[in-house]
Parts: sequence; C-alpha cells; structure tokens
Amino acid sequence: MENVTNRPETTTSEAAASRRSFLRVAGAAAVTGGLLTACSNADQTSVVPASGARAAGPMVSLPTGDNGILGFAYVLEQLEAAFYEMVLAKPYPNMSSADQMLWMDIRGHEIIHRALFKAAVGALVPQLTFDFSSIDFNSRASVLGAAEAFEKVGVGAYNGAGKYIKNADYLTLAGKIVSVETRHHSILRELQYPHSDAFAGPTIVTSDTGLHLAYEPTFVLPIAQKYIFETIDASALVSSLA
Amino acid sequence: MNLQNILSEIEKVDGEIFDRLAHVSRRGLFSSLTKKTIAAAAPAIMASALTKAYGQSSSLPQGVKDVLNFALTLEYLEYRFYDAGRNLSMIPNDYKAAFELIRQHEQVHVRLLKSVLGADAVAEPKFDFSAKGTFNDTFSNFATFSAIAQTLEDTGVRAYKGQAPNLMPAPAILQVALQIHATEAAHAANVRYMRGQKGWITGGTAALQGLPLVVEGNYKGEENLTQAGVNLATALAGDSRVTAQMVSQAFDEPLSKSDVLALVTPFLA
Repeated sequence: MENVTNRPETTTSEAAASRRSFLRVAGAAAVTGGLLTACSNADQTSVVPASGARAAGPMVSLPTGDNGILGFAYVLEQLEAAFYEMVLAKPYPNMSSADQMLWMDIRGHEIIHRALFKAAVGALVPQLTFDFSSIDFNSRASVLGAAEAFEKVGVGAYNGAGKYIKNADYLTLAGKIVSVETRHHSILRELQYPHSDAFAGPTIVTSDTGLHLAYEPTFVLPIAQKYIFETIDASALVSSLA
Repeated sequence: MNLQNILSEIEKVDGEIFDRLAHVSRRGLFSSLTKKTIAAAAPAIMASALTKAYGQSSSLPQGVKDVLNFALTLEYLEYRFYDAGRNLSMIPNDYKAAFELIRQHEQVHVRLLKSVLGADAVAEPKFDFSAKGTFNDTFSNFATFSAIAQTLEDTGVRAYKGQAPNLMPAPAILQVALQIHATEAAHAANVRYMRGQKGWITGGTAALQGLPLVVEGNYKGEENLTQAGVNLATALAGDSRVTAQMVSQAFDEPLSKSDVLALVTPFLA
C-alpha cells in the first residue's frame, strides 16, 4: 500500500465509512412531512407534523427493470436537489460568495437532473417529501459534510446500478450524470480537506485498483430512506434485476 | 461492495467462472476472509477474479477486449505523463499530494487492465509530451503541465463514457470501467479547481475551460443542452435557479473512440 500524505481519514471499509458519515448527519429521525419544494419558510428544514414521532409515510414502490433503475435515480436526484434548495433557502452565517456560487451551481445541476428523470419516470414515481431536520444548516462544516455524503452515495449508486441497465441509451445517460456527481464530490472533498489527497484518497478510491465507489441499490436505499418521508419499496425492482 | 454479488454477476455472464477459478473455491475464498476485511479486500479480489475468469481465456468478447485495450492505451498515456512530472520542483507543494495520488491511480489502472487482458494487452506506445512541438515546457512550467493534465482527465472521462455501451455484454467489467471513469472525473475536478476553474465543464470550447485553442477538439460537444430528446434549458426556462450554462455543466458528454484517438495522436511519438 502506498504511503499517502495528509490523509484526513483512515478506515478499512468504505461501506462502514459511508454509513458513519451518514449517521453523523442523520441523527435521530425527527419528524416531518409536507412538500419541501412548497416550503416557503426558510427557517424550517421541513414541514413538521404535530406529533413528535415519525409515522411511516405512504409506500412508494419502484417499478421493475430499467424504469425501476431510472426511478431509483429519480429518488436520489430529488433528495439531492431538495437538499441544495434548503442550503440556499437557509444559508449558513457568513456564506462566502465563492461558497454561494458553488451551492448555486450544484443546486442547478441537481434540479436539472431531477427534471430529466421526472420527464422520464415522473408518471411512475411521485415527488417525494424530505426531512433534513437532522442537518444543521447553520454550520458550514455540517452542510459540507452532508453534501459530501449525499454526493458520495450518488456516485456509488450510479456506479453500482449501471450494469443492470438494459437500454444502451439509458446507460449513456447515467454515465453523463455520474461523472458530474463525481466532480461535485471531488470539489466538496477538496473544500473539506484542502490541498490533500482527500478528493480521491483511499477512503474514496481503492488504492490497489484505482476504482471509485460502487454501491448496490439495496445498500443505497436504506441510507436515502432516512431523509424521505415516504417509504420506498424496492423489492420488485431488486428481484427484477439480472 | 458485496463479493457474493460480484461473483454471482460474473457467473451470469460466464457460467464456468467457478471452474475457471479452479483453486479459488467458493468456500475457501470466503472462509479466508472475515466480514470486516471483505469490503476492503473486494476490489483486489475482483481484479483477480476477472483475470482468472477472463484473462487467459477466449471467453471475453472481442468488442470488450477492444474497449479494454483502448482504455489501456489512454491509461498508459496518463501514467507516463504523471510519472514524468513526478516530484518536479515546478509542482507547487500544495498540489504534490494530489498529483502523486493521480499518478498512483493511473499506474494501478494500467496494472488492472493489463491483468484482465492478459496476453491480449496492447504494448505500451512511446509518447511525446510536447505533442509534436505544440508544448515546449510541459515538464518545466506548472501552468502548461496542469493545463495538459486537465485536458487529459476531462477527455479520459469522455472516452470511458463513450465506451460503456460496448461493455454491456460483460456486466462485471462494465462496473469496473464505470468505477475507473469516476476516478478520472474526481481527478479532473480537482485539477480544474487547482487551476482556478470550476470542477465541471461549461460549454464546448477550450477557452471556457481556461485552455488554449489547441485543445478545442477535446471539449467539442460539451455545449449540448438536449438530453433524451429534451432541451433542458428550454424546458426549465421559467426556473430562475437554472441557466443554460448549468445545463451544459450537468452532463458530461461521451466521445467516440475515433475522436479520442485523433485527440491523443499528437502525444504518440
């Protein structure tokens, strides 16, 4: 194993690392519902129902086959877009103009990705409702950490799902998006750990093969589920994959 | 990463994989690993499994071999470029760790692709990093070095992307290619950032990436605003948060093999 300097993290398991970083931002699930995109109050991270405990939301079943993979991507792009919408609706104190430009760019990209998938499978997968109450939007470090974790899982999700896609055009489309998600992730890592190898260090890219992360849908969905009010059921999708 | 799934995936493509993995019995493989080490060790085991399954056999479709050799040629180019630039005093200390990591990745990409291809791997070409005299200070001027690095990485991303559909007959290899593709994108964004550029590609000209006209062809097509038949700039015109520039940034466009070969030919000695 090569000697890597300025390594900000050391773990032996990328899956465990990912889980940890998500748990860090997730915290205990406080409750929400309501449609984020309709939320006009910048002081709220979601629309919170009266009771304290979160009830399971309505069930959303992902379709099978390629539509299911596109629906899976639509879920993740909705999550990302909603998160960045919140970052800019509720900017942390003293957000620099450089940071603001970065968040606006990434928000734009994710809104665009979301719109594309909505056009493709919006009739099969509904708009979802998100709960980001576990994320401290007043802290730059917290926002950076959450964004980095979302992008990391997004990259791994596309890399892991590509092989299940049967339509070559869809595969190319997914490929056009995953490298942009990876660019986001790389920059967010650089902002977290400047002038180091963190952008693609050994917790992100395996040292002895140079391979970036790849996650199966069954690994990704429980992570995303923590932020989604509705219950995503991928059982039909997963059993249709070959 | 789930090792069981990887092997199952390969088995779907190559039903005899476990025969090919003669001395790596399923039981032996798993009993030798604790749960804790599986996630960390899986990529290396996968590379080894791919090699044993396909490397010295004729079972790998020719189209897949062609893609892997094309990728290997690009990885040779990148590796030799970073290896020649290694530790040169012109690289600012702030960026030495990044370039060393990138160099190591290109080196292991070469190794991985060669191991999968076995005897079918192409020989390493000789390179000319002046690109036939276009650049006269590649390894003495950081501005030139980093500009070439950015161009190589952005182009590498586009090259891998263009080949993904050709790997569909071999899902396990497709995933490996996607993972290498993402690594190249992570490199590209970081090099762009250290050059004061955005991490993502805006529009389809070299000038928009802070690069000279000589690499214009490497960015041609990146101005595309239409995906899956929908002009997204038009479709989202009412959303003030979205600009046409963002639409072009939000998708990296593929390049064909012939386009990529034309772009890298000046670097072949």
